[in-house]
Formats: sequence, structure tokens, C-alpha cells
Amino acid sequence: MAWFKKRDDRDGKKKSQDDIWVKCQSCSAHVFKQDFINNQSVCPKCNWHGKLTAYERIGLTLDSGTFVEMFENIRPADPLQFVDGKGPYTEKVEAARAKTKLNESIVTGAGKLNGLDVAVGVMDFRFLGGSLGSGTGEKILQAANYAYDKNIPYILFSASGGARMHEGILSLMQMAKTCAGVARLDAKKIPFISILTDPTTGGVSASYAMVGDVNLAEPGALIGFAGRRVIEQTIKQKLPDNFQTAEFVREHGFIDKIVHRRDMKKILHTILSYYNR
Amino acid sequence: MEREFDFEKPVAEMEKAIEKLKASASGDTGSIAAQIAELEKKCEERKKEIYDSLTPWQTVQVARHPKRPVLYDYISLIFSDFIELHGDRAYGDDRALIGGFAKLGEQKVMLIGHSKGKNVDENVRRNFGMARPEGYRKALRLMRLAEKYNVPVVTFIDTPGAYPGLDAEERGQAEAIARNLTEMAKLEIPIVSIVTGEGGSGGALGIGVADVVLMLSNAVYSVISPEGCASILWRDAAYSAQAADSLKITAKSLLSLDVIDEIVKEPAGGAHTNHRATGDTIKKAILKHLKKLLTLTPAKLTEKRFEKFSAMGKFIK
Repeated sequence: MAWFKKRDDRDGKKKSQDDIWVKCQSCSAHVFKQDFINNQSVCPKCNWHGKLTAYERIGLTLDSGTFVEMFENIRPADPLQFVDGKGPYTEKVEAARAKTKLNESIVTGAGKLNGLDVAVGVMDFRFLGGSLGSGTGEKILQAANYAYDKNIPYILFSASGGARMHEGILSLMQMAKTCAGVARLDAKKIPFISILTDPTTGGVSASYAMVGDVNLAEPGALIGFAGRRVIEQTIKQKLPDNFQTAEFVREHGFIDKIVHRRDMKKILHTILSYYNR
Repeated sequence: MEREFDFEKPVAEMEKAIEKLKASASGDTGSIAAQIAELEKKCEERKKEIYDSLTPWQTVQVARHPKRPVLYDYISLIFSDFIELHGDRAYGDDRALIGGFAKLGEQKVMLIGHSKGKNVDENVRRNFGMARPEGYRKALRLMRLAEKYNVPVVTFIDTPGAYPGLDAEERGQAEAIARNLTEMAKLEIPIVSIVTGEGGSGGALGIGVADVVLMLSNAVYSVISPEGCASILWRDAAYSAQAADSLKITAKSLLSLDVIDEIVKEPAGGAHTNHRATGDTIKKAILKHLKKLLTLTPAKLTEKRFEKFSAMGKFIK
């Protein structure tokens, strides 16, 4: 079975190449992985913004060494004993936890942004597609409550395909739960800034992500409510090329500003500097 | 009686037999009449048995029954003096999600609800109860008006989901729903919601952040339709029945998950067999809860609502 061996070799070679090169998902350019990472995972050729892990994002946003993680032990239960065509939900959760070393699809806590105290939540798409489960909702609410109690701004980075189907109706209820937390901040006039990164869709776009005092987005991010395929099947017409991009959503009035990753911290600080209470 | 479902066949057969007996026994007051009465009793029992043990997927079929009462039925059956108020003051008027002042018995309310049609023409006009952003924005406008006038809000939920269309995306479907979730959390008047048919995901929740959430016994409420879930997680819509099982979308499941507060029992055989009885039960249930809620101060109301939704979800700490 010589051909088997050959294939193994090829896989090995491909793997080592993946360690050195990153292929840009937008312009298809091959970029040195180290250059890509040094450029905050933005393609140096076309400015495509790749996904970041939650901790990478926190590193870019908060002052070095100031982040204190909170509510990190919250993790998914399996309230519905959900099993689908590919097996039980619990197995998926364990695989995600092992892969990401995270307990949920969001990291929450507090830290300083150019010296300002802030509460933060940063979603991590690697954990079950950043889906909004009960644990995610609880962490978002708890961080909002922390901001409420401490009277400090709340900054939330979204990266999510939407509600987590495996938790059924309870995941839908997280939309109401998180919005209730954000609503309380609003009532107390505490800033809430939402940053929509690639992707922010479904139940996450239809809850906390869209109701920031200011909604920021990263260039090219997929942002929308219904899936492209569902819409095409419903209306049976071709959708515009830029459909559901951050640029499309800004054009229609639901995003305040599209911000390049390297400018995000500065812009966040500038906006919060106008908070005068 | 028109029968739509396989699981109702035993009842349909019994009803046929009863009709036959009745026809042959016109005027009889003796043994045949007694037999008929006996059969009718059995038929009712069988109906109850069948409807008490529907599978989740069968319940979905009942919730979507073409003869199931829609909002307009309830408006004429249990509300009076309905004054429909139109438009979101920004773009247009959504026929899929309507609202206005109405009286429920002596109680004045702001009634808001998804409006499905009863035939194809009406459904096309009302977009099958799938609201666009202007529908959700109209709903919010009416809720704020209710708050200003100190009138409680009653919402009727029956939608396959928020409309997934290009225009809806352009006008901010996500933002419209998100805004309602956020604003309803703060609304300083009582809100009672009832899921009467399909509680289709964010499109349902967009008018469903209430102090008390009721649900008809054969209604369903879900994060995604069983068909949608099956085509994503099973990669085949043929697994809809399994998805319906897994998603736990029936009123009983939702009560045990603490998502709803009370099940409003439909007549045996489903709401479609007796609109009036269904409406009366709904009216009683809403009035009972409104009476309690109306004793609370605005601060207490919003605090309790916040606590209610804060407690939603199950996770490991």
C-alpha cells in the first residue's frame, strides 16, 4: 500500500507549510504566518481581518497586565440532553473545551483601557462557533452587572453565528437575558459599546450586539440576522455582493463606524473620553 | 368535521359511526340514543387521550393547523372596541404584526400580536405572520404609548419567525428585535404574553419579554424551526421529527424549563375544534394575571422582570 504512505508524507509536508504560511481568505495571498500575526492577524496585502481568539483580542484592547478574568468557571450544562445526527451535545462541548481551553464561548472580566476602568466581554468563535448558550448569556449578564455595580463602561466584542440550537429555547432566552442586563446599564447611564466582528449573526445580532450606545465593526465582518441561504430561498433573487458585510450594514444605518483593528483601542478610548458623568 | 392528521383518524372514524347511528335513529329515544351518548363520551375520551399524548412533531402540526384560531379570531371573540393603530412612524405599516387599544372584558389593554391570515390571499397580505422591522418598531411604539397612558400590554405570539428577506435585512431586522428586547425589559407597565400557535424564535421573542408568559397547550416555542434545525444539525430536513423532539418545544417542556409561567389548556381535540372555548380560557388566564400584576409598582414590576429573565438558562458554575 505504497500510495498510503505517500499520502502521509504529503500531509506531513502540508502541515509544516501551514506552520509557516497563512493563506488570506479574502485575496488568497500567501503571507508569512509570523508577519500575519505581527500585523494583528490582518492581511498586510488587502487588510482582511482574520479571527482572533478572545485572549488575543483582550491583549490588543486592554493595558498590558490589567485584565482580571471573572466568571471563568461557568460552562455549558446539557439541559435538554440534546443529541443530534452527529452525537450528544456534551461531546461537542468537551471537544470545544479541550480545543480552546475555554469553558464557554466568551471570556469576561475587567481591566484598564488607556487607564480607564472597563468591564469587558470578548466572544471566541472557536468555541462552538461563538454560539450563545446559557453559560454565555450568564457571563454577559454578570459582566454587565459588574459594570452596573462599579459604574464603569461595558465593552463587548461579538463573534458568533447566533443562538446555540443544542440548548433550544434556553438559548433563545439568553437574548432577552443579555438585553435586560444592557437595558439596566442604559437606565443608569453607563456606557455600553458593542463591537461586531466577523461574524455577528442570528440571535447575537438580534440582541446585545446591536444595541450599543455606539456600534463599531471591523472591516468586512459578516453581520446580519438571517442566513444568506435562507434569504435566497425565501425571496428567490440574487443578493448584492456586499450583502451583510459591515460596510452594507453601516450604509443602512446600523453601525456607527467601521474601525481597522490597529485603531480599535484608540477609538474606544476616544469615545469613552466623552463620557462625562 | 374536516380531519387533517393521521393521528386523528381513530376519532374521525368514531365520529363517522356516530353520525351514521344518528341518521338511522332519528326520533329514537331508547337504546340507540343511549348507545350514541355512550359513543360520544368514548369519542371525547379518545380525543383527549390522543391530544394528551401528541409527539412534539404532531404538536407542531396542530400549532400550524390552518383552522387554528388566529389573532383576528381572538379579537372578535374575546376583545371589544379594538382600535387598530397603524405604522412605525419611520417606514411603513406591517400587516404581519398589528396592535391597538382594546378592551378585554372591562380591562383596557394595548393589544399587540402577530397576524396570520386564514386563507392564501390573506396570508400573502399578512406575510404569513412573519413581521419585518417596521412591525417590531410599531410594536415598540405602541408599548411606549401604553406606558404613557398607563395601560397594560397584552401580546399574542404566533409567527413562523421574523421575515428573512433582503428588505428586512436592509431595514435592520436584527436591530429592531434587539431594541424591543432591551426596551421591553424597562417598560414600566405590566406585560402579559401568550404563545397561541407558533413561537418562532427571535420573531416571537421580539414581542415576548413579558412579566407573565402563557402558552396554549398545543402551541410550540422554539429557537429554530424543527425543519431548520434538522437541515443544519442532521443535514437533512427529513429529520424534523427528531429535531422537534430534541429541541423541547412543547408547552410542557417549556414549563419544566421555567421559560413559561402557565399552560392554557385547549379544548380536547385542539383549539381548531372550538375557537370560542379556547378564547374564553385565554381571556380568563390573561385577566387573572393582569389583576395581580396591576397591584405592583412600576419599580417592582421592572425589578421582577429583570430577575425573571436573569434566571433564564441552565449552566454549570
